[in-house]
Amino acid sequence: MSSAQAQPAAGTRRPFVRELLGRSDYAIISEIVEPGTRVLDLGCGEGELLQWLAENKGVDARGVEISGLKVQRAIARGVSVYQGDIDEGLADYPDDAFDYVILSQTLQETHRPLKVLREMLRVGKRAIVAFPNFAHWSVRLSMLRTGQAPRTKLFPYEWYESPNIHFLTVVDFERLAQKEKLIIERCYFLSGNRRVTVMPNLLAEVAVYLVRK
Amino acid sequence: MTVEARVVRFESLALDSGATLSPVDIAYESYGELNESKSNAILVLHAFSGDAHAAGISAETGKPGWWDNMIGPGKAFDTNRYCVICSNVLGGCRGTTGPSSIRPDTAQPYAMSFPVITIRDMVRLQKMLIDHLGIRRLLAVTGGSMGGMQALEWALSYPEMVASVIPIATTARHSAQQIAFNEVGRQAIMADPDWKEGNYYGSNPPARGLAVARMIGHITYMSDDSMREKFGRRLRGKENFGFGFDVDFEVESYLRYRGSEFVNRFDANSYLYITKAMDYFDLTNGQGSLSSVFARAKARFLVISFTSDWLYPSYQSQEIVRALRAWNLDVAYCELPSNYGHDAFLVDVGEQTDLIRGFLARTYDKAEAAA
Repeated sequence: MSSAQAQPAAGTRRPFVRELLGRSDYAIISEIVEPGTRVLDLGCGEGELLQWLAENKGVDARGVEISGLKVQRAIARGVSVYQGDIDEGLADYPDDAFDYVILSQTLQETHRPLKVLREMLRVGKRAIVAFPNFAHWSVRLSMLRTGQAPRTKLFPYEWYESPNIHFLTVVDFERLAQKEKLIIERCYFLSGNRRVTVMPNLLAEVAVYLVRK
Repeated sequence: MTVEARVVRFESLALDSGATLSPVDIAYESYGELNESKSNAILVLHAFSGDAHAAGISAETGKPGWWDNMIGPGKAFDTNRYCVICSNVLGGCRGTTGPSSIRPDTAQPYAMSFPVITIRDMVRLQKMLIDHLGIRRLLAVTGGSMGGMQALEWALSYPEMVASVIPIATTARHSAQQIAFNEVGRQAIMADPDWKEGNYYGSNPPARGLAVARMIGHITYMSDDSMREKFGRRLRGKENFGFGFDVDFEVESYLRYRGSEFVNRFDANSYLYITKAMDYFDLTNGQGSLSSVFARAKARFLVISFTSDWLYPSYQSQEIVRALRAWNLDVAYCELPSNYGHDAFLVDVGEQTDLIRGFLARTYDKAEAAA
């Protein structure tokens, strides 16, 4: 199984990304992506990350987003995004079309996460997957204390309104990676804007994995 | 801004049908200035009943262009940055050679001796114009409806010459339903006794047939919602039904007005030829698979469709997008919400403007960086 050691923070752009985008997983992703590569961002929202990657790392940036309004805003900022569903949208791409396929905080919202993961690694050489960790202590505590579906900062929705339909944890993802024989090249664990280096399954709010076949 | 159409004459044009037209005129207008390297030119392609007058105020008619809300200083196609060119299509009746043009060997209008033309023929003539203007690469080719078909054809016929393509509310091939509506329009014209096998020039044109054809067209350009909003069941200038067959409803009055207005500006034979060109349009040439045809495309694409457009429904745009993705081409796609039906690309311009402005700016930066 992969090491839970966090990579040392590097790159002067990281604080800038964080300031600009306000998301610590974006900061990590912007570090991982090599300049001049081809990147597909699934569930790219208004394309902020892609725009940043295009302007600062010269990547060929593409995105998929289901919300029409977000797609409009992304295209208006010059990012090539198409309106579509992640669960079925990847089938048209040829193999190895991208260097990276990014799925940031969306895996838990897909109908068939395993199929999505496999498709990501078909159309991309590497996948960057960031997801909220359902085993974070606050989630465990919330459930233990209330006996109800947990509601925390990361999972703020009532169970009947939540877009999250497939809850997973750090351990779950690593087990799946092992079962699928994926190579975890890097992994990062975050709590707020801080890196977590010990007991990630308990302490990490968000996990970011760079995997390949 | 007053604008005038110019006409360029070429010696001949070889057509898909095997026929040759000689000579052939093409009328065009342009807005904004070409830069020194001629890298900021955008070719706008008009829909079925449009013409070269896309923007500004026509010196001839005093009317604004058909896409004046999209082309001009600070608009989607910003003429402070770009040079926008629009020409009348081959087979048209607004300055470019068509069935109403004089045939050199007989000194009579071509009428039905005009050869049947295709979308590709239209594009071939546009390419001659662009060459004539000394433009080696277009920053963008764009258009809605039939204009979108030409834009797609450009991307495949001259891939080296287009940096980007913006097909709007269009299709890669005419469907049975689209052909059916066109055929009803053609039959209406040909059933008019004034049509006289197309030889009506110098006498009364088939005004009733052409008006009926246009009325059908206008129904297909609107949506159930937009017609309900615009007309409902309101009566025209009366409190009660007339119990006759004069105009009762607002919608009847509107369609009659649209029909008769069209007769004054459009040639019935052009109607026949241009609708036939649309019906023949199929990027796959009958081969079925759309994805294989985009192998030679190189441009970036921004594909736009509208939710209430039932004449060129979104699935047709999505089919184009999927085929482009199969070649991993740079494609953005958005289905914009609108109640206006197919007309949305002409009237619902707010969101289109945001999309096109951002897309063009990025295309321009990329092209300049590569140059």
